[in-house]
Amino acid sequence: MTAQAVAREEVVRAPAWSPAWISQRLQKVLLHVVVIGLTAAWMVPAIALFTSSFRHFEDINSTGWWTALAPPFKFTVDNYAKVLSSGNLGHSIFNSFMISIPATVIPTTIAAFAAYAFAWMKFPGRNYLFLALVALLAVPLQLTFVPVLKTYVSVGLVPQNWGFVGVWLAHAGYGLPFAVYLLANFFRALPSDLFESAEIDGAGTLTVFFRIVLPLSVPAIASLVIFQFLWVWNDLLVALIYVGGTENVAPVTVTLANLSNSLGQGWHLLTAAAFLSMIIPLVVFISLQRYFVRGILAGSVKG
Amino acid sequence: MDLLIQDVPTLVFVVVAVPAVLAIYIVGTEYLVRLLPDKQRPRVRPWFWVGPALLFVTAFLVLPALGTVVTSLQDHDGNFIGLVNYQRQLGDFPTGGAWIAIRNNVYWLILYTLFVLFFGLILAVLFDRVRYESIVKSFIFLPMAISSVALAVIWGFMYSYQPADAPQTGTLNFIVVNVFHQAPKTWLSDPTVNNFALIAAAIWGITGFAMVILSAALKGIPGELLEAARVDGAGELTIFRRVIFPLMMPTVVVVGTTLVIFALKAFDVVYVMTAGNFQTDVLANRMYKLLYQSDNPGGASAVAIILLIAVVPVLIFNLRQFRAVEARR
Repeated sequence: MTAQAVAREEVVRAPAWSPAWISQRLQKVLLHVVVIGLTAAWMVPAIALFTSSFRHFEDINSTGWWTALAPPFKFTVDNYAKVLSSGNLGHSIFNSFMISIPATVIPTTIAAFAAYAFAWMKFPGRNYLFLALVALLAVPLQLTFVPVLKTYVSVGLVPQNWGFVGVWLAHAGYGLPFAVYLLANFFRALPSDLFESAEIDGAGTLTVFFRIVLPLSVPAIASLVIFQFLWVWNDLLVALIYVGGTENVAPVTVTLANLSNSLGQGWHLLTAAAFLSMIIPLVVFISLQRYFVRGILAGSVKG
Repeated sequence: MDLLIQDVPTLVFVVVAVPAVLAIYIVGTEYLVRLLPDKQRPRVRPWFWVGPALLFVTAFLVLPALGTVVTSLQDHDGNFIGLVNYQRQLGDFPTGGAWIAIRNNVYWLILYTLFVLFFGLILAVLFDRVRYESIVKSFIFLPMAISSVALAVIWGFMYSYQPADAPQTGTLNFIVVNVFHQAPKTWLSDPTVNNFALIAAAIWGITGFAMVILSAALKGIPGELLEAARVDGAGELTIFRRVIFPLMMPTVVVVGTTLVIFALKAFDVVYVMTAGNFQTDVLANRMYKLLYQSDNPGGASAVAIILLIAVVPVLIFNLRQFRAVEARR
């Protein structure tokens, strides 16, 4: 509980069992009911999916998922086994790693250099360039697909020859505005004394960057990495355009979208596949939520 | 599987080599800079540091955006045809060309933005008053981690439809039939409800984002201010309307503009759940269809430019906000 909430409770305290006391208590109970009720309602769609992915084919299509929550329990892992063996979901999870990891590493590294220059070097047009970069955050990616694809095709940078290189570079380009923005804001907030004293000690730009700025910025870099990784992992549109739906290169989002089109009402397989596609982002997200939230806040509140 | 094994060294190579190459680049250019006279160094150095980033955004965002403007004025073979592509997209008001998509984007823009802000604000304020705040917040936030495709599968299951005489397995139709005693609805193909069904699914996915930011803004409001209001006898609703809401307004605006941009770019949920059929098309999906299914890059580019024109006012507003915040530094 925050200090603020504590303060709030202490403002008014009515004597026990007085009408005011009873109404306060009732309000408290109501608050908890509303909070827990809303949260539970919010979770219903996810619970429905999770429960159904462990149900038998015949059950899913004849009764609602909620009936599975009461005895007799008849859960199974067949759906998972079937999806992993028959579909190419396992392969596409691997592809997702192949796409997401470099597509995170490349823009993060490039953004760190640029952000340092924007934050701590003086050059003509610095503020305008930074503003232009932020403006690019709002440009719809759709705008860029046709020309980039044309260029890729004309220079032969297609999945058949170069694998995922095309999509790595594209994701790097698309991710950079946010990455530079986030890191520059963080770098700028570092105390300037640090730089001054380092300069007095005769440290060069490189030493300051690698020995002082980077180690101090681990939280910001971590939140950027998580952001970019989740963004690329969960992306469908960019992957569809530059990788396409061919089985051996499709990432998990594309495969799941294809399954969803072809299976239609095959909920027993679809629910299991959907949950499998969510495991990696959920693990990343739950274990590193703190950094993720910090990234969101740095991106929009502080500005 | 052969392909997989081949790819692993590539992955390792990229993950190790790319940062290494970039580090060598930055160290190397620093040595070049040191060859220059003292005075020149600070002038040249920044360009080496921002260079790669500028190169990437120029190659993948700036130049392609300009290229799309050109393509939108050409036919399939690259001949200049003026505004014909735009005329084809915008000619048949109100149901032809891109108009259905534009109408739906307007639905998205209004409903998605308002409901997300509404839910985000309510949840942030309510959760602020309970001890287990961080746990309930995590639950609301969880959908942020999953892809829109998975989200579409989750909601496709919620909306699933069985004929009236069969038992309903979709949660919503079960409620419709057993609580409201109505005929089950085909949520995704009935044009009177399907757009709202899609928007609802998207709202579920993004509310956690709004809630987290608004909640942080809420915690930034000084406690003494609220206390003073309470001591003066203001009710909780009055405090929310007169104290909390005005103070949170700048944050609400920032989140709102971000959501408007998300709404204009909406694609994944529509693509997976209805593929834009049954009058649920949106601009981003229309662009994709024109490009891939109709092999019509000119039309696709025109739609993309229409999308950009819709985004520009929001963009300018966003930049003003940004400048205002910068000025306060």
